Amino acid sequence: MDIPRYWRLRNQRYRLEGTECIECGQRNFPPRCICPHCKSDSLKSFRFSGRGTVYSFSTIYQALDTFDKDIPYSIALVKLDEGPLITTQLADVGPDEIQIGQPVEMVIRKIYEDGENGPIQYGYKFRPALKE
Amino acid sequence: MRQTAIIGIGQTPVREHWDYPIRQLAVQALWAAIKDAGAKHIEGLFVGNMLSGALAEQEHLGALIADYAGFPCIEAVKVEAACASGAAAVRQAVLAVASGHLEIAAAVGVEKLTEFSGKFSGKALATAADADYEASIGLSFAALNALMMQRYMYEYGYSKEDFAPFPVLAHQNAQYNPNAMFRYPITKEQYLKAKPIADPINLLDSSPISDGAAALVIVPLKNIQSFGGSAVKISACEIATDTIGLDNRENPIVLKAAQKSAQAAYKTAGIQPRDISLFEAHDAFSIITALSVEASGFANAGKAPKLAADGVFNINGRLPISTFGGLKGRGHPVGATGVYQLVEAAKQVRGTAPDKLQVDDVRLAMTQNIGGSGATVVTSILEKI
Amino acid sequence: MSKIMKPIRKTGIIGYGAYIPKYRLPASEISNLWRDGQDKDFLPIKQKSVPGPDEDTITMSIEASQNALKRAGTDPQKIRAVWVGSESHPYAVKPSGTVVSQILGIVPDTVAGDFEFACKAGTEAIQAATAFVGSGMGEYALAVGMDTAQGKPGDALEYTAAAGGAAFIMGPAEEAVAVLEGSYSYVTDTPDFFRRAHQKYPEHGNRFTGDLAYFHHIFNAVTTLMEELNLQTSDFAQAVFHQPNVKFPRKKAKDLNFTAKQIKEGLLVDFVGNTYAGASVLGFTAALDKANPGDRILLASFGSGAGSDAFSFIVTDKIEKVRDRAPSTRSYVHREEKIEYARYARWRNKIVMH
Repeated sequence: MDIPRYWRLRNQRYRLEGTECIECGQRNFPPRCICPHCKSDSLKSFRFSGRGTVYSFSTIYQALDTFDKDIPYSIALVKLDEGPLITTQLADVGPDEIQIGQPVEMVIRKIYEDGENGPIQYGYKFRPALKE
Repeated sequence: MRQTAIIGIGQTPVREHWDYPIRQLAVQALWAAIKDAGAKHIEGLFVGNMLSGALAEQEHLGALIADYAGFPCIEAVKVEAACASGAAAVRQAVLAVASGHLEIAAAVGVEKLTEFSGKFSGKALATAADADYEASIGLSFAALNALMMQRYMYEYGYSKEDFAPFPVLAHQNAQYNPNAMFRYPITKEQYLKAKPIADPINLLDSSPISDGAAALVIVPLKNIQSFGGSAVKISACEIATDTIGLDNRENPIVLKAAQKSAQAAYKTAGIQPRDISLFEAHDAFSIITALSVEASGFANAGKAPKLAADGVFNINGRLPISTFGGLKGRGHPVGATGVYQLVEAAKQVRGTAPDKLQVDDVRLAMTQNIGGSGATVVTSILEKI
Repeated sequence: MSKIMKPIRKTGIIGYGAYIPKYRLPASEISNLWRDGQDKDFLPIKQKSVPGPDEDTITMSIEASQNALKRAGTDPQKIRAVWVGSESHPYAVKPSGTVVSQILGIVPDTVAGDFEFACKAGTEAIQAATAFVGSGMGEYALAVGMDTAQGKPGDALEYTAAAGGAAFIMGPAEEAVAVLEGSYSYVTDTPDFFRRAHQKYPEHGNRFTGDLAYFHHIFNAVTTLMEELNLQTSDFAQAVFHQPNVKFPRKKAKDLNFTAKQIKEGLLVDFVGNTYAGASVLGFTAALDKANPGDRILLASFGSGAGSDAFSFIVTDKIEKVRDRAPSTRSYVHREEKIEYARYARWRNKIVMH
């Protein structure tokens, strides 16, 4: 059970909190302690909107054992509206329904259950943006 | 700094070695290299390995292997850089000799992935990715490579079948390498029908889980006459890194660490990409071969599959790659792979490759060993003396 | 004694939000597998919603609550209570509300507990949230009714046991899109339907389900509410009842003299199934989506065990401004992908591997 990691990453997995450099303004996800662009250590928390477009994607047919029961499932690199790419699972979408460039939005889903007795790990996934 | 040379090479076949423990695989390869060098001892040992702790419940490989090789009191340490562990260990051996600290050093790459079941090794391998933001949310290594491949196909307009030449060529060459895991050819049709792993990557894009060990003995170039072995000059062995997360790269389909280490290697060797006679690429997945070839300056961005289709990378082509079958055909014993590549490149330079694999007039052979999704890359250039 | 329940401080709904998962299992799939299609002319509903493999009451509560927050425009930090009503809380011990409030940015200045009262856990949470805000203990409170209901394979319940629900942010009447006029709850010990601890599927108490349970409790709750508030059925623009199937709420409406038009917008069961603690409140959000300022809406839940909560809300002109800030309930109803029984069986853990 990776409870400390799950707990520590709550604000990233639940709320897409990364960092913004106070010196140069670069935004990063995951959060950084040193700005990769200007090396400043003056960073503040920055919450991404959770909207973006598919940069690349794949459907997984052979998975690490924790995720084996979920196959087939899809993953993507999503280009967030604020700039950075994020690695994510996709939700509510079949393998033939994904396209590069398609608008997606963040939702909270179960990432995995840590066995029958362990905690349920929730976090971000992205799904095709809902049409109003 | 002194110039260095490989004086001895050794390897075990790449197999599922259920009958040998890690120490025995390593000692076999190491002593094969020491004998090939015509040497009797080594002063330092650098062990390339990624997963002995996770998959064989054994760490502290430096001391273990030095002990079982019969050198219990020498300097010995394990070097870890995911799939680039092997060449990273070679780099340490080269630095130790070049600096004048050691007169004779060995690098051995060893990996045993089959000690436990296959799924467990997949999880262990994924520790080379970002544990918090990639592996723990369901991305295997194949998944990360699939993201690169999908984007590459999109940007350059390739279809799945355009990647067939890479694994077909790897198997074509591997069948003549007695140490290779897969000694049989495959066809484009088989490739297109192979079962998907992480679409668009299928089974025949993927290098196999395997065990093996390979070793090099390294000495100062000026001392090669003191040994019986056939020497090959190490003109460059350069390492560079990139972001651990694929998503943190400016361009996820450019291997920046490969670019940097290749440029550094060309500079150190004082040569140009066109001078290279053959290239041992890190073809863990077909897409990585393409990206590696492009990052090294052998093809413009987006052109590698086109060149492969034209036969440029065949044994008799303009730039043969993966001449002993590469990771796809020879096998990919992770931490040993980088050393296998150098053993094979040394054979090509010596002119002792199997007949069907020997490239004509090899003067300069290059290898590139890639860790993770491209976060560590070691590029080496061997030169005929 | 006055039976009507009204908070000291006038209270209402500041924001509301719905959620229904994307997947639908047609009732014919169940009929074909378990009854050889023999009952195809008597199916209780057309189809039911099925949660995706990565969804549960917590994830669905989050999306519904996010929609409620968008409509409310409230600072999440001002929400001082998070109560999730469900019979399918993912944890037996660890409140769904803790995860929901962490993700929504409500923590740490809040209470967060789970409610369980079969299909009326959601309205029970609304009662509590109303009391909490109405007493002045907190400015805002979040109440959710949400379920991923499970029916035993082949059981009559399997046709309808569905997933979805709604969330409500309760607050001062001045800010409300719908002000609570009054509520009344009617509860008895009636073992019509129950699930023992550690059991996966519920049991029916013979024929208690209809007359003794559903009809009796809703009838008493609604008639008492109307008597106490001096209202006629004609005073309501819309009425929403708990909807375990299409027949029950229609019959109930008729018994109480409500017209088909009055229950139309809030009756979703035919398209999404019985979402248990989510059922009446989900229908209520659909009614709010179509409501006009000044409309009076009746909401009456039913929970086995048994009880019914009845509410009268009066819609304000603020509804026009907030309605479009979040997806409408109908847009979730229309977002659908039909699945076959096999995929449903895999996703809903009907295939036991050990």
